[in-house]
Amino acid sequence: MTTITTTIWQEVPEPANPYAAQVARCHGYDVYGEMLGHAGWADMVFLLLTGERPDTRQKAMLESLAVALANPGPRDPAVHAAMCGGVSGSPAAACLTAALAVGAGGAGGAREVHRAVSAWHASRGEVGALAAELARVVAEPAIETWPAAEVWPGFDAHSPVCPLPVLRTLDYLAPLSPGAALVTLQQGRQTLETGAGRGLAMTGVAAAAYVDLGMSPDQAEMLHLLLRLPGAAAHALEQAKLGFQKFPWGELELLDDPMRKSSRNDCLAEVES
Amino acid sequence: MIPTHPLDAYTGPIRTRMGAAIGGERAVFRGYDLHRDLRDIHWVELLFFGVTGKRYSPSEIRICNALLTFTSYPDPRIWNNRIAALGGTSRTTGNLAVAAAQAASEAVLFGGQSFYRALDFLFRARAHCDTGGDLHGFVADDLRRHRAIAGFGRPRINEDERVAPMLALLAEEGFDDGPFLRLARRIEEILLTGRWRYRMNYAGLAAAVCGDLGLTPEQYSLVSFPAFPCGMFPCYLEAREKPAGAVMPVTCVAMKYIGASPRHWA
Repeated sequence: MTTITTTIWQEVPEPANPYAAQVARCHGYDVYGEMLGHAGWADMVFLLLTGERPDTRQKAMLESLAVALANPGPRDPAVHAAMCGGVSGSPAAACLTAALAVGAGGAGGAREVHRAVSAWHASRGEVGALAAELARVVAEPAIETWPAAEVWPGFDAHSPVCPLPVLRTLDYLAPLSPGAALVTLQQGRQTLETGAGRGLAMTGVAAAAYVDLGMSPDQAEMLHLLLRLPGAAAHALEQAKLGFQKFPWGELELLDDPMRKSSRNDCLAEVES
Repeated sequence: MIPTHPLDAYTGPIRTRMGAAIGGERAVFRGYDLHRDLRDIHWVELLFFGVTGKRYSPSEIRICNALLTFTSYPDPRIWNNRIAALGGTSRTTGNLAVAAAQAASEAVLFGGQSFYRALDFLFRARAHCDTGGDLHGFVADDLRRHRAIAGFGRPRINEDERVAPMLALLAEEGFDDGPFLRLARRIEEILLTGRWRYRMNYAGLAAAVCGDLGLTPEQYSLVSFPAFPCGMFPCYLEAREKPAGAVMPVTCVAMKYIGASPRHWA
């Protein structure tokens, strides 16, 4: 018989069906007997990930963070990936899988958040130490399949500009926050941006928010993937309706065209060499 | 004036050396006409060529093919295969199930991440030895820092049944004495004679072979992508033959709960 060990979920079976729960408890709370109707979505997500229900400030911050992250818009590669699935009639799960896989990356995605949260924890929230740790992530890439970070995690891949939505999110969340990271980020932003040579990005704000919510890098990465899915879903559905003729195909410039080689023998010569 | 942005240079046509589908006319794959020049290429060579840009001899392709074949286990207990089987039991599509199982194959305990680390370790060990370093000390130090060495030892059993047949095939092809394979054997000797008792596992052997084929750690993890799906499809299909939910069903009481005691929300 298969046994699963868990600290999260406890079930009491229906008397006539051992495979159906009559009572289900999440970290001790009766989900259908007490939480339903009294707990919100943020309560449930926070409880699942951390084992404790959020307090008022944690809940408010998580709800606002979820609004800020829900839709990075169709220019975002993760959303664009979901749209590719939607426009071509892929299953809904494939669209979200596309968004998850592309949005998992180290440039604007959940791996970047993981690295930034790791840096916050390693630096204990002091700006100078944080800057050193973020620089170290770039200078000493980990041995992993993830491509190495090219810029400080939490900062724009290219631009020195911190966009207004990022600033507004930071300014709104910081006073709500039960922790110190967002306020530290607010106060040290310009110092950090100078060090990074880039503007603060939404990943940087999100990372500080996860730190203030008491999350580990792994928890933050998982939650970040989750929170960015609604926009991907909506845009995938929209493109499915609009159809492929309204979806960009793109132009291509082929730099290595066998037609430009004088003959097939040129190709074969390359094969033999 | 709005300053130029580094991405401005990329807003035009996608410039690519990799290929194109020229609709209704032809297709190009890394500088070759796919339907003319690569018509008879072995699929495994196309995979390796796509990743490395290099062409391989029939002997090398036989080895590459075996590297992938030898890991194709249709055993639904194995974690990635189980995802495919659970997809079958939940009646999702086969390709979604296997796609998810494939994604999960980029794991630390097996699969993509362990592949990468195994060859990276050999690269670092070789560089250390090339500069006159002591291999024994390098191995001990790496083990101390990372608590494990990818490519040696196995999570559930130490022996790896794939190693002997792969070594036999390598011997048949005269490919069993490359510098990375020799290095991997020296490391195995160190790990066997020490207190660790770790044998070279299949990821370590395949890493050494791929190193001798000139692949980087990233290229090794990429070409290994089809190392598992041939075993996954049977797991999915057999699950489909059984009643829904019949793959490793768990009763409510079979969940061993070790969490917080019941408490009130209100």
